[in-house]
Amino acid sequence: MKKLDQKTKIILSVALVVVAILGLSYLDANRSDYSYALSILERSAIYAVVAVAMNLLTGFTGLFSLGQAGFMAIGAYTVAILTIPVESRAAVYYINGIADGLANAYLPLWAALILAGIFAAFMGLLIGYPVLRLKSDYLAIATLGFSEIIRAFIAAPQLDRITNGSYGLKSIPGFPSTFMVFGVSALCILLMVMILRSSYGRAFKAIREDETAAEAMGINLSKHKQMAFVISCFFTGVSGGMLAVYMRSIDSKSFQIGLTFDILLIVVLGGIGSVTGSVFGAFLMTAGREWLRFFDNPLVVGGFSVPLFRSGFRMVIFSLILMAVVLYYRKGLMGTREFSWDGIYNFLRKHLYLRWRKPSGEEVKRDV
Amino acid sequence: MSDTVLNLTDVTMQFGGVIAVNNLSMEVRPGEIVAIIGPNGAGKTTAFNVITGVYAPTNGEVSFHGETIISNHPQGKMTKLYAGEHLGKYDKVIQKTPDRITKMGIARTFQNIRLFKDLTVFENVLIAKHMNMRAGLFSATCMLNHNEEKEMRQQSMELLEILDLADTKDEISSSLPYGKQRRLEIARAMATNPSLLLLDEPAAGMNPQETNDLTAFIHRLKEEFHLTVLMIEHHMNLVMEISDRIYVLDFGKLIATGTPGEIQNNQHVIDAYLGVDEDGH
Ligand SMILES: Nc1ncnc2c1ncn2[C@@H]1O[C@H](COP(=O)(O)OP(=O)(O)O)[C@@H](O)[C@H]1O
Ligand SMILES: [Mg+2]
Repeated sequence: MKKLDQKTKIILSVALVVVAILGLSYLDANRSDYSYALSILERSAIYAVVAVAMNLLTGFTGLFSLGQAGFMAIGAYTVAILTIPVESRAAVYYINGIADGLANAYLPLWAALILAGIFAAFMGLLIGYPVLRLKSDYLAIATLGFSEIIRAFIAAPQLDRITNGSYGLKSIPGFPSTFMVFGVSALCILLMVMILRSSYGRAFKAIREDETAAEAMGINLSKHKQMAFVISCFFTGVSGGMLAVYMRSIDSKSFQIGLTFDILLIVVLGGIGSVTGSVFGAFLMTAGREWLRFFDNPLVVGGFSVPLFRSGFRMVIFSLILMAVVLYYRKGLMGTREFSWDGIYNFLRKHLYLRWRKPSGEEVKRDV
Repeated sequence: MSDTVLNLTDVTMQFGGVIAVNNLSMEVRPGEIVAIIGPNGAGKTTAFNVITGVYAPTNGEVSFHGETIISNHPQGKMTKLYAGEHLGKYDKVIQKTPDRITKMGIARTFQNIRLFKDLTVFENVLIAKHMNMRAGLFSATCMLNHNEEKEMRQQSMELLEILDLADTKDEISSSLPYGKQRRLEIARAMATNPSLLLLDEPAAGMNPQETNDLTAFIHRLKEEFHLTVLMIEHHMNLVMEISDRIYVLDFGKLIATGTPGEIQNNQHVIDAYLGVDEDGH
């Protein structure tokens, strides 16, 4: 391993951020031409947040939850109910009317997103408290059940005046700027990375590695598991809130189990235990689905209509690719590694034969 | 009472019909190095697991510096299955969790090394410093506890230096050779600032040189950190040289206790253990 010096890395990182911002500005300025690409990127960014949140729990703490869709739904409904303009509410709730307390409850988007996270985290606390004391497998079952119960609640006629039941919520104002999607996503991911780098993050990893040893090192297992679960739920709720704003209209069907499995696939594809893996995974999965649309259209080669090429075929291809990844690339793209400039540099050196320098004495010693 | 560090009274640990520890009473006094010896399956590790709160004993009591940390009597289906003595003597149920017991000052190592395998040597030690953190999640995330974090890192680094592991600090712990992994486990245990250190077969898998170093090293730790040490060990040379007193277990029962000299001449012990062991080697 050769290492780049600190200054080079900082310059490269700043350059990367600047390029990303410039690229986004360009797409945004030419929105009419690139609205499709932008919408894919936005969805990817939102999925990246929930994927990293899931990874924080599964990849870093060793706890397996399948409640993502449910916690996203809580976040999404919180944001939707609180940000639909007051004057449009009569039209949205035209069948059953809106609950009195909510008719004028309005929050700016940023505050609604925070509240979305808090509600989801609070639900996480309620579920986690009894379940996290049991063996870890119970968490997956309990959260999976919870996720479906939430959906049932949302669609329940008794809550029509809050959730608008099966009619769903429409007229959710979109993001004021595309930069907000990426800004909030980046902030969420940054916060999670900082948590993981703190002493608490190390404690989470210790629990993942060996619960008995972690406990013998004075780490309170149930407290730290609870903490990881609530943090994960918080960011899942925020990303659900962003998804609502992105979609502009939501109903209980937007948060089926399929959504949870999409997130799970992103985490597996990117690498369980790699934050950057989850981020790459989110972009790759979301974009990949769209690229594969090619397979959904009838294909005619020289007057011959190729069979199978019809609506739905892309999902077959997509599933095959994922199966191949899981079977042959079990650790996902990144394993537990993280993106680093050193890694890129060494990868390039190895694969582009940039080895013009003689190996230093230190390297020779390492090989022995 | 509190002139002892650790006190076990009538401790029985029964797994279904298997009595792993049978009516064990023992004490460890401040500054002592006490060894537990006995053939495989005698219940030594189980005794450690009871002391550290991993298993709730079926019956009996454990106290640490005079405070009862564990106390139990047969419950549920064990009331019928229980084959030990002193039934009904311990009416309180006290069961501190392993992390609480560690915080009170008992640290341990494991017979089958249990390092945080994918983490670095340094992280392994640093994690043991987490339990004394004052900073909450928020300030730790926002790096407001800069001084505390620096202090934790500094103390961890000092420990690695004392244990001669400083040069491997950034290596993944599972990539270390066996002897160093054992030493790292001790370093990690020491990072919790214990007053009592439990070592489960610290010399297992070490070569003679490493075993020798270990003897000196345990002495040094004891002096430098004012430790009391309770250890399980099979290497008789090490045990006889290092320990002040020895407890001998066989099939969960205490069959002898005394100084190394007394144990070496105890006919029971020679029959049950020492004789066999010497033939074996
Ligand atoms: N969790 C457990 N469940 C059932 N039996 C156990 C358990 N732990 C230990 N035992 C049994 O207790 C006995 C003592 O084991 P152990 O304490 O590991 O012995 P030692 O450390 O002296 O070699 C063995 O017969 C073992 O099979
Ligand atoms: Mg043992």
